[in-house]
Amino acid sequence: MSDGIELVAGFLAASVRVATPLLLAATGETLAERSGVINLGIEGSMLAGALAAAIGSTAGGPASGLLAAIAAGAALAALFAAVSVHAGADQIIAGTAVTLGAVGITGAAYRSFYGTGGAGLSIPTLGPVEIPLLAKVPVIGPALFAQPVTTYFAVALVPCVWWLLFRTRPGLALRAAGESAEGARAAGVRVRAARTAAVIAGGALAGLAGATLVLAQVGTFSERMTAGRGFIAIAIVVLGRWHPVGILAAALFFGAATALQFVFQASGVGVPYQLFLVLPYVLALLGLAGAVGRVRAPRDLGRREAT
Amino acid sequence: MAGVGRLREYAVPALIVAGAIAALAAALGIAGYDPELALGALWRGSVGSFDAFASGTLVRAVPLIIIALGFALALRGGMLNIGAEGQFLAGAVAATWLGTHLAGWPALLAIPATWLVALAAGLLWIVVPVVLRVKYGVLEVITTLLLNFVAEALVSFMVQGPLQEQTGIYPQSDPIAEAARLPLLPGTRLHLGIGVALILAVVLWFFFARTLAGFRLLAAGSGPRAAALAGRIDVTRMAALALLVSGALAGLAGATEVGGVSYALYPNLSPGYGFTAIAVALLARLHPPAIVVTGILFGALETGAGAMQRDAGIPAVVVQAVEAAIILALLLADARTHRGRAYAGAAA
Repeated sequence: MSDGIELVAGFLAASVRVATPLLLAATGETLAERSGVINLGIEGSMLAGALAAAIGSTAGGPASGLLAAIAAGAALAALFAAVSVHAGADQIIAGTAVTLGAVGITGAAYRSFYGTGGAGLSIPTLGPVEIPLLAKVPVIGPALFAQPVTTYFAVALVPCVWWLLFRTRPGLALRAAGESAEGARAAGVRVRAARTAAVIAGGALAGLAGATLVLAQVGTFSERMTAGRGFIAIAIVVLGRWHPVGILAAALFFGAATALQFVFQASGVGVPYQLFLVLPYVLALLGLAGAVGRVRAPRDLGRREAT
Repeated sequence: MAGVGRLREYAVPALIVAGAIAALAAALGIAGYDPELALGALWRGSVGSFDAFASGTLVRAVPLIIIALGFALALRGGMLNIGAEGQFLAGAVAATWLGTHLAGWPALLAIPATWLVALAAGLLWIVVPVVLRVKYGVLEVITTLLLNFVAEALVSFMVQGPLQEQTGIYPQSDPIAEAARLPLLPGTRLHLGIGVALILAVVLWFFFARTLAGFRLLAAGSGPRAAALAGRIDVTRMAALALLVSGALAGLAGATEVGGVSYALYPNLSPGYGFTAIAVALLARLHPPAIVVTGILFGALETGAGAMQRDAGIPAVVVQAVEAAIILALLLADARTHRGRAYAGAAA
């Protein structure tokens, strides 16, 4: 009985922990896509953020790690924005190239920084911050109120981004740029500036997502450790209908789907573990297929700006 | 005038590659490595000797050329197949499975049989993205990408499950039957796959330059308006077919890799061929004969990077950063000169 409750509590806590980087990255990508830019480079921003967090945290503690990750993610996004938004190149190819480059740079930097021994488990990480009283609530207490500070930040970001997008002038300009670049420009919106800002903010959040992976989830860095989480975040944006609240729900769903494997590993059921590894990707595919017809992307998403 | 345009079309990529290698040398110098030692190793390991060229560079170029030809075909139809990595692995799984069951067969039957199942597996791996794209407008970029990770898990499952070697200790398959292994050029490790790559390049060149279907595909990829001007063309159908063929070709590359190089299935069979092939195709401006040249160039770069790691202690993965820099520089250069081809992005 108490074993069952512990299992459920552990599962919920793991779901939220796994959902955090997905939520951060997807929220960032929402900003970019609402402005009309699809950035496949967020996988690269996440990976760069993960390595920067490992190095930064080793050098100066978790706070330095978080800042370094944000800077690294934003820097790659700025590179992507320069090529896609300013030079007007194909967004998909530019994003793929940025991710490819991040794999190469992080792999090389990691090996020359840590040598063949790997990063080990000596990285200072983010511990859980318990909210008094609430953290003691059975079952849901640990899941919701004893999480690392990055999780609280990710959740707090949801209403903030909603407010920014739907209740402020910059948010209106951003959405206008995504719906129709020409129309927005006619209305006085600086489309390129809006898109650049949205993409860089998105990259910063993806970098932070990578940092949570290292500092609040795994505790170390390994090559290609993001394993497509950036791409899953892009699917989450579609499933969440480009809306912060929808994205929160979709991210939690994916967190739960991924956390299932921990439950099954613990229970020792004889199912190949790869089945659980593929679950998030397969669910993302099913979700994309199912989302069709019910959702509408920003109209100018992925379209090159006419100049 | 056309001649000048043609020259410029290839002069820009050549300059970018030279610039990227110079930038690599500079970056290595700044990072504290010996650039001369590094570039020397890069050269010796890739093109410095006949053996390095035939057994290293050309062998590495085979999957790159085959996958890049498929990528170019799909992109000419307006579709981006970023999932070649997954289709390659699916093809490798199928070829290994059949290859381990062909003991005693004549090679003349065994080899084409492994190619056929690999083509089918690659095709199968891209069917879902094609259907989702054509029926529902789901962006093929994301679906093909997601399936890469599913393919990795499939390989991981296979080498620890149904296809695991007999002793059940190592995460790899049994070696495929002798009959299913590709003939080698005597004295080298260069296998028949290079012939496959060259023939495919000629076939695709002919398809684009000399056939009505090739012309229609180009028109379809240039956008609905161009296709309408060129006559009644079912844009969606052309693009879907091109995407299917690109998946099948990536699967075939998995078979030539298993049959000509690894002889067995391993978890890390592909060092990112599917992504390098994108750079190969773009650098060649999607022209099949040029893809052979850029495929060999990137084969040399990656083989040389291995030598650089052995001799100068520089992580070989750095070459992926060089590839990324080449793609981005190429995009920038093209954006400056002309506005290029519009990519028909779908809604979701």
